[in-house]
Amino acid sequence: MRIFVPRDSVSVALGADKLAAAIASQAAERGVEVSIVRNGSRGLFWLEPLVEVETAQGRAGFGPMTQADVPALFGDLAAHPKAVGLVEEIPFLAKQQRLTFSRCGITDPLSLADYQAHDGFKGLENARGMEPAAICAAVKDSGLRGRGGAGFPTGIKWETVRNAKAEQKYIVCNADEGDSGTFADRLIIEADPFCLIEGMAIAGLAVGATRGYVYLRSEYPLAIQILREAIVIATQAGLLPNFAMEVREGAGAYVCGEETALLDSLEGKRGMVRAKPPIPALQGLFGQPTVINNVLSLAAVPYILAEGAAAYAACGMGRSRGTMPVQIAGNVKHGGLFEIAFGITLGELINDIGGGTASGRPVKAVQAGGPLGAYFAPSQFDTPYDYEAFAARDGLIGHGGLVVFDDTMDMAHMARFAMEFCAHESCGKCTPCRIGSTRGMETLDKIMAGEKVAQNTEILRDLCETMKFGSLCALGGFTPYPVVSALNLFPEDFGATPLPAAAE
Amino acid sequence: MTPLWDASRAAEIIAQYLPLEGPMLPILHALQEEFGYINDDSIRLVAQTLNVSRAEVYGVVSFYHDFRQAPHGRHVLKICRAEACQSMGSEANASKLLQSLGLDWGGTTPDGRLTVESVYCLGLCACAPSAMLDHDLHARLDEQGLKALAGEAV
Repeated sequence: MRIFVPRDSVSVALGADKLAAAIASQAAERGVEVSIVRNGSRGLFWLEPLVEVETAQGRAGFGPMTQADVPALFGDLAAHPKAVGLVEEIPFLAKQQRLTFSRCGITDPLSLADYQAHDGFKGLENARGMEPAAICAAVKDSGLRGRGGAGFPTGIKWETVRNAKAEQKYIVCNADEGDSGTFADRLIIEADPFCLIEGMAIAGLAVGATRGYVYLRSEYPLAIQILREAIVIATQAGLLPNFAMEVREGAGAYVCGEETALLDSLEGKRGMVRAKPPIPALQGLFGQPTVINNVLSLAAVPYILAEGAAAYAACGMGRSRGTMPVQIAGNVKHGGLFEIAFGITLGELINDIGGGTASGRPVKAVQAGGPLGAYFAPSQFDTPYDYEAFAARDGLIGHGGLVVFDDTMDMAHMARFAMEFCAHESCGKCTPCRIGSTRGMETLDKIMAGEKVAQNTEILRDLCETMKFGSLCALGGFTPYPVVSALNLFPEDFGATPLPAAAE
Repeated sequence: MTPLWDASRAAEIIAQYLPLEGPMLPILHALQEEFGYINDDSIRLVAQTLNVSRAEVYGVVSFYHDFRQAPHGRHVLKICRAEACQSMGSEANASKLLQSLGLDWGGTTPDGRLTVESVYCLGLCACAPSAMLDHDLHARLDEQGLKALAGEAV
């Protein structure tokens, strides 16, 4: 009997380690021979810990499992109180288009044999037979855009680094996934670390870089441990000739998710944002040409090289090609990772896939794209998931996070939190961000206290303009998004008298 | 038990990371892991070894939320305060806990048992609210769950 118990952070945080031990001891007690595989999570987090049992029909799922549910695993499986049927048939999973996350939850994350049996290293093998320019061209043709949030075409970045002349070039992976409501980087690293390693090795071949760093946040201890082990395994198996990879642990600074602050941090300095130009592609880590990409961009590359740029570009809409691992979180019934081609609407994601709120109350707002992303109200749920469509509504896709709030949430409080967070995390280099965030917080305090609401609201909007256009990076530049969107959508939460409905 | 400051042990740790490119952060992490916090002696030694000014090392130590310049309690409870956890009521749970412990954010109980800190996102956002006790993660923590977790650390 083969039983799968996930080992990713969510499952472990919900007791998966104890569950695995309980299954082993229960099996021993009954004299049943079981092999327990610690797979990665499928990303169906509301069902975690999701235990899977291999049957003739496929892998049957049971979740969310507790230790009390363990004995029943050895009886009639169909009658198990936590049975959810065949995992592959769960609509949340069946509706997805998993290109990047295709192996997540299926394989043992640290089994090289498992990885190779599921098309692993096919992309790298193909890349080895290609000219560097052809690899860059394939990534360009796939339409892949930076999945960290900026959406810059990945292939063009690579091409720039490839054309730069230097003794040493670097591949840096931004795994400083600090946005609340996002966990895709964590999931791929914990569930399929070889995929990221392969993507980085391909990037190395494409631009002529022999060193790769993964800057991984310290809040993800399990991901750090798993990726370090995976790098050792891949290196010892001889899969990374001429490419030395290393994981570097962050130190709790959100701003280090900004690429130039990250580079400074890697160099051992304070994580201060650099002015651009020069761009990192020409003068990046230690002043050398550097590809700096988000985990998801690099993890998308093996598929592109294995199946071809056209296969990837065939998904999506407009200038947003391929798939996006959307992360549905917060007050939501079915929270998890949903990888899908661009173009699905926000409403489908929240209501149909996410199943509405966990509390059962109406959805009030959804914050898309992390702490620097705009709020959307249900009236905007027809917005298609697409970089340009979100931008047209003064929002951003960012790193793909969606945080759902029910009608009990006070949006003035959330706007204040956005400013407070910016003040807490500002690197301090530019004035709009450093001073503006604190002044924004104070002004919101006045508004919330009912002090000169109209005047202070105007001051706040003006301040947001300054921050948006005057900040050096996205931290100060995008903090206005949640603030202004909350102001526009929920004026009543800011003590304003609601405007009478406009005449139709 | 966290060992007391020991200059030769500290030098040994620093030496271990010197071959790295940009060794500052790995060194500081390792020193803090060993001694619990980064004291002035550590800063002096790192500055000397890396041939940078003490101000530069101090600048790095004070920039990052992870690095501490004073010891904390025997256990550290980091409670997530980011948006996804807030959407599930984390702030109310946390303030009740802090009140019952008589602490503010960052405070340590008088018996030195527990320090409560804030953290912005543990990546468990689909199973909020979440927290980390020392190195262990916990999710779907309601008010009772959080209280029990804080009580567990002795």
